[in-house]
Amino acid sequence: MRLQAVDVRLAYGDRVVVDGLDLGIEAGTVTTIIGPNGCGKSTLLRALGRLLKPAGGEVLLDGKRIDKLPTREVARVLGVLPQSPTAPEGLTVADLVARGRHPHQTWYRQWSSDDESAVADALSMTGLSDLADRPLDELSGGQRQRAWISMALAQGTDLLLLDEPTTFLDLAHQVEVLELVRHLHSSLERTVVMVLHDLNLAARYADRLVAMRSGHIIAAGTPHEVLTEELLASVFDLDAKVIADPVAGTPLVVPIGTRHGSPPASPA
Amino acid sequence: MARTRILCVLAAALLVAVALSITIGAKAVPLTDAWQALTAPTGSENDIIIRSLRVPRTILGVLAGIALGVAGALMQGHTRNPLADPGLLGVTQGAAFLMVSSIIFLGVSNLYAYIWFGLAGALIASVGVFALGMVGGRGGPTPVTLALAGTAVSAFLYALTSAIVLLDEQAMDVFRFWQAGSIAARSADVVWQIVPFIAAGLILALVNAPGLNALSLGEDVARSLGQDVNRTRAVGVAAVTLLTGASVAACGALAFVGLIVPHLARHLSGTDHRWLLPYSGLIGAALLLVADVIGRVVAPPGELEVGVVLALLGAPFFIALVRRRKPVRL
Repeated sequence: MRLQAVDVRLAYGDRVVVDGLDLGIEAGTVTTIIGPNGCGKSTLLRALGRLLKPAGGEVLLDGKRIDKLPTREVARVLGVLPQSPTAPEGLTVADLVARGRHPHQTWYRQWSSDDESAVADALSMTGLSDLADRPLDELSGGQRQRAWISMALAQGTDLLLLDEPTTFLDLAHQVEVLELVRHLHSSLERTVVMVLHDLNLAARYADRLVAMRSGHIIAAGTPHEVLTEELLASVFDLDAKVIADPVAGTPLVVPIGTRHGSPPASPA
Repeated sequence: MARTRILCVLAAALLVAVALSITIGAKAVPLTDAWQALTAPTGSENDIIIRSLRVPRTILGVLAGIALGVAGALMQGHTRNPLADPGLLGVTQGAAFLMVSSIIFLGVSNLYAYIWFGLAGALIASVGVFALGMVGGRGGPTPVTLALAGTAVSAFLYALTSAIVLLDEQAMDVFRFWQAGSIAARSADVVWQIVPFIAAGLILALVNAPGLNALSLGEDVARSLGQDVNRTRAVGVAAVTLLTGASVAACGALAFVGLIVPHLARHLSGTDHRWLLPYSGLIGAALLLVADVIGRVVAPPGELEVGVVLALLGAPFFIALVRRRKPVRL
């Protein structure tokens, strides 16, 4: 197990979001966490990435308590990309990606040839080499998201946690980002954990799905094991048919209707 | 490298401003005479003017300008707010409060003592604001809780200061000159008193620059990059307090410099604080000296305080800056 949550209790102030949860992430896998809004999946990802300190239990990185490890040391092994990050105006793509080298730098040794080549590699892998000198705010949503992923790549970590990397992207750009993730996994053997909303894309691009509801893991396993009609009903309150994706053969969810009852009256 | 070249140009501009500040005033002294006064004084009238008035004034201007420029850039970086100024942490009002209190309650009447009280007031106010901000923030002060606490503490201290100066004429006198902001009529002793504080503040600021770069991508990204966010913030607050506290104690309320200068500097440096901070320091010092020189010649035979000149020049300039470009998002 590279990364492990053991009996964690996660809370914002007095509001407990997750309680008594266990999860293990194996090396070299792509794990996707799915679940309805507010089920605690982003909170869990933040805890795995030591952005949120558990109120109980522990998170282990390679068997050691992550909160006891020096944060800079963790940053050389584990990268986290939060949901919709923001950058200061005028920051160029190259400058953003270069900041991914932060954990490898000290105040007396700011920039090395390792940094240089890591940034160049990250830019070319995300197809951004030609846009390196463009300010981030002039890019399209898909390019901008690739730039952030590129920053996380430049960090050079084996483990990558991505919180909804496809939010606000159109379908083509969603696929593009997920193809990139797949490539990281297949050719660089990175371990990826991400939160996704689109179940069909989640099924296609993950080795392992984790389905959450109300702070608990309801099911975990391969997409075939997890994405069943019964699970969709119990986790999402969704009546749906699950058929085989004609392209990838992975489960494909075709919604019929919700079980939330009659739709609430729309505000006038 | 382009950035190093800009640094050299700014340093040269500061040298020119220093030369202007030493030679121009109620009595103009040619540059050659000024040089002689510095290197081989003969005790002439010019020598005395240069050595006992212009030089301390110029050094103080340089120190305060660097300090306020850097403090402003730090403050805007930490709060991610382009309208933040170095006085946001209650430093200015803290200094004012303890200075007038020392006059009325302790009967302090010499200028050096005011400065020590001013400095102490700045430190206490800033620590208080940081502690209050910590109570409000979840697990550490956030820019929002710091700004709220700073505003509340400033308003509270300003009310107390106002009440005190209304009771005591001598305190009122000190306060109104202090509030205008001036680098004139300070002896070399005053200058040496603030040097260690500004030096310490500048060192902390430079150490803070890489962390601030990480923090400018948001707290979560900064943490993910291995930056200890609370420590970075604490170092930043300490640097701002030392820099701003020392300058406002010695020169009065000049914090406006810290609001404008980072905008000019950012135009040249971009978003990298490792360059933004030195640029801001050099521009701040040059701007403060030039404003001071203008104040010396604009209303003969009297002088206009540098704080007044800065506000008069700075306000329209700032409005133009805001109108010309959309406000910068940090």
